[in-house]
Amino acid sequence: MNRVLVRKLSTNVCGTKILRRACSTDVSHQVSSSGSNESITKRNPTDGPQHDIAIVGGGMVGIALAASLASKPLTKHLDVAIIDNNPLLGRKNIIEKGNPPDPRVSTVTPATISFLKDTGAWKYIQEQRHAYFDKMQVWDYSGLGYTRYNANDVHQDVLGCVVENKVLQSSQLSCVQESDLQKTIYPARLNAMDMLPSSSLTGLGEVPSTTDLFMRGRLAKLELSDGNSVYAKLVVGADGSKSQVRELAGIKTTGWNYSQNAIICTVEHTVENYTAWQRFLPNGPIALLPIGDKFSNIVWTMDPKEASDRKSMNEADFIKAVNDALDSGYGPHPETTSSRNSLSWLTGNVTISTKERFETPPKVVKLSSERMMFPLSLRHAKDYVSKRVALVGDSAHTVHPLAGQGVNLGFADACALSKAIAEGIALGTDIGEANLLKRYEAERKPANMAMMAVLDGIQKIYSVDFGPLNALRAAAFHGAHYISPLKKRIISYASGEQALPLFS
Amino acid sequence: MLFSKPMNQLQRLLLSARRVSSSPITPPPSCLLHKRLFSTSDTDASAASLPSSHQTVQTLESKASNKSRNTSSTTSLNQDELAKFSAIADTWWHSEGPFKPLHLMNPTRLAFIRSTLCRHFSKDPSSARPFEGLRFIDVGCGGGLLSEPLARMGATVTGVDAVDKNVKIARLHADMDPVTSTIEYQCTTAEKLVDEGRTFDAVLALEVIEHVANPAEFCKSLSALTIPNGATLLSTINRSMRAYASAIVAAEYILRWLPKGTHQWSSFLTPEEVTMLLQRASIDVKEMAGFVFNPITGRWLLSDDISVNFIAYGTKRSDLGDI
Repeated sequence: MNRVLVRKLSTNVCGTKILRRACSTDVSHQVSSSGSNESITKRNPTDGPQHDIAIVGGGMVGIALAASLASKPLTKHLDVAIIDNNPLLGRKNIIEKGNPPDPRVSTVTPATISFLKDTGAWKYIQEQRHAYFDKMQVWDYSGLGYTRYNANDVHQDVLGCVVENKVLQSSQLSCVQESDLQKTIYPARLNAMDMLPSSSLTGLGEVPSTTDLFMRGRLAKLELSDGNSVYAKLVVGADGSKSQVRELAGIKTTGWNYSQNAIICTVEHTVENYTAWQRFLPNGPIALLPIGDKFSNIVWTMDPKEASDRKSMNEADFIKAVNDALDSGYGPHPETTSSRNSLSWLTGNVTISTKERFETPPKVVKLSSERMMFPLSLRHAKDYVSKRVALVGDSAHTVHPLAGQGVNLGFADACALSKAIAEGIALGTDIGEANLLKRYEAERKPANMAMMAVLDGIQKIYSVDFGPLNALRAAAFHGAHYISPLKKRIISYASGEQALPLFS
Repeated sequence: MLFSKPMNQLQRLLLSARRVSSSPITPPPSCLLHKRLFSTSDTDASAASLPSSHQTVQTLESKASNKSRNTSSTTSLNQDELAKFSAIADTWWHSEGPFKPLHLMNPTRLAFIRSTLCRHFSKDPSSARPFEGLRFIDVGCGGGLLSEPLARMGATVTGVDAVDKNVKIARLHADMDPVTSTIEYQCTTAEKLVDEGRTFDAVLALEVIEHVANPAEFCKSLSALTIPNGATLLSTINRSMRAYASAIVAAEYILRWLPKGTHQWSSFLTPEEVTMLLQRASIDVKEMAGFVFNPITGRWLLSDDISVNFIAYGTKRSDLGDI
C-alpha cells in the first residue's frame, strides 16, 4: 500500500540552493498536524511531527539510504522523513522511453550494482535504459602508451553500467514507496537545524511531548522553508556538495577548486558502443561512455574559458571538436605493441586485454542533448558525523569525475550507514548515539580519503605537460596494461570490490 | 602448579583459611584462598551484600573479616567505600571515564546475550524488538548500561543494585528516553527479591559475582529468581594467570582503566567453579563464551577463549528438587 504522504504546501522552489545560516531558533512555530504514523509516543496536536530519521536531500544517495533501510528487517519499521525541495519527488515518475538519454548519467560499479540488487532497485533499473560495458580504453594525447581493460581479466561479465541519474533516483524511490517503511516527503528546503544538550526527562509525565523531548536533547529540530518544523532522532545530510546540513552542523571542510569545468552532453553514433573510452588531453580528460541504443555520454573536462566557448559554439563545430579530442587531434595514436612481448614470461598469467589492439573510438555524428557545464572541485568534510547528524554522499566528499567514482562512493556510504543503524538497533542503541555513528565514519572515511587521494593524484599528474613526466605517464600506461596482477588490482579497486587501494 | 587440576584447587579451597588482606596489590596467593565458594554456614552475611560496582570489593573483605551477621546490606557496607564509590557513580555514563572498559565491552556482550536469548525463547533474531513481553532482571545493574539496551529490545526490565547512588543515576539516565523510562529500578538485593517471591524469564548478573562474598548463595538466589526453564546469564573474570596479568596488572596499574583495588584476584571464579555452583543451584550451563580485547582496534570480540573474561548461559531445570 502506498503510504507516502506528500505535503501539498506552497513551497519555495528555487533553481539553486542558496545557503542560509540558521537565523531563527524560535520554538513556537504553529504547525498543522501531519498525520504521519507514530509508533511510541502520542503527540500533542500542536507539536511538529516526530521521525526516527530525517534524510535531508532526496537525490540518488539520500533515497538509496531510505531504500536500504527499507530492505533490512531490523530497520524497516523506522519512521523516515525525506526533505527535498523538488516538488516532483514522490510523484510517480514516468520516464518516457522514446527520448534521448539525459546528459546527467552515472557509471555504477559492480559493487554498487550488488548494493542496488540488495535494495531491490535493480529490477526497476533494468526496465529502463541502461548500458553495461565490459571494455575500457585509456590513453593520452602524447601517443606514447595506452591501457585496455576487459571484464574478463577479473573473470567478470561487466566492468560497470551506465545509468541516467533520474532512473537511479526513481527506481530507488519506487522501492521505498512499495516497502513497509513509514515515510513522509516534505517538499521544502531546510532553513535551520537545532539540537540541545541531553538532560533528564524527569517530571514530564508518562508521555513526554515532542517539544519536551527536543528541549531535553533527545531530538533534533529541523525548520523548513515552508514554516513547518520536523523533529528527528537522527539527521542525515544527503544534500550534495553544498550541503546545508553540513554547514548547520558546523562541520568544517577542506578542499580546493580545480581550475576546470566539465561539459556533459549526449551524443549519437552510427554503430553500437560497448566500451568506455577516456583520453587525457593537455587541459583535462574527455570520456565517452555508452548509454545504449547507439547513444553515448560525453564528459569533457577543460579550463573554464574553453568550456564556455565550447558550450556556446554551434553544433557542427562542437561535434568536430569532440571527434578531434577523441581521435585525431592533439597528438598521434599510440602504437599497438606486438603481442609477442619479450617480457611475457615476467608478466605471468597474461590477461585477455593485454593482447587487444588499440582502437579508435566510434565517431560522433550528432549531438542529442543540450550541453551542460559545471565547475569541478574537491571537497572533504573533516568529520562525517556529529551529534545526531551523519553525512553521506557528496556532502561528505566531492571528487573529480575522471574515474566515475563519485556517486559510487555515495552509495557505499549509504550502505555502510544503514548497516551501522541496523547493528545499533540490534544491540539496543539509540540511533542518534555517537558510537554508532562513529562506526560508520570509521568504515567509510579511510576508504573515501584513499579514493580521493588517488583521483586527485591522477588529476594532478595529467595536468602538466612536461617531457619526462609524459614519458613517466606512458610507462605507467604500459605498466598497467602489461602487468596483469597490477591490472587486476586496478580493476578490482575501481569496481568497488576493494575498499582501499593498497592493503585490503 | 596451582591450576593444574581443578580438583587440587577445590581441596585447597576447602582447607585454606580466609584471606585477610587490604593491600592494594594482591599477588597470586600461593596458599591462601579463602573459603568464599564453599562456606555453608550462614547465608546472611554473604548473599545479603550484592554490590554492583567494583569499588565495594574492599568493603566485602572488611565486612567478611568483621564476621558481621547482618542481613541488611546497606548498614554493613563500609561507608568509606560507599563514598569513594559514590564519587565515581556519576561517571557511569561517561564513555571515557572509569567505566570505559564496560562501555567498550557492552556491544560485544549484548551480541552474545541477544543471540542466546533469541534462541532460548525462540524469537526471531531479525526483529527489532524480539523480547517483547518477556521479563528480565539485571542484578547489579550499576548505571543501567545493560538494562537500557535490553529495554530497547522490547523486554520489561527490572534493574537492582545494592548501592543507592547507582540506582539514582540509572533512573536519571533511563528517563532521558521514553523507551527506557519504563525500566523499574530498585535499590535492593537479589535475596530480598527472592523473599518477595518475584520471578523472571531471564536473570542476568554480569560482572557481579566476583564482588560477592558468598558466590554459592548468590547463585542460589539467582536461580530462585528464574522461572523453571528460564535463562540465567552470568559473566565474570576467570581466576587464571592471564587474568591476573590483564585484569589486574594491566587494567588497574598499567593502563589505569580501573581504579586500583577494583578487583581481587582471589575472588575470581574459574568456569568450572561457576558451572558447578550453578549446577548446585539447579541451573544447567549450556553455553560459555569469552571476550577478548584487541588493543589495535580497541574493540572487544566474542571468542572461545575463556581464560580472562567469560560469560555463561544456563537454563533452570524444570524439576524443582533440592540441591
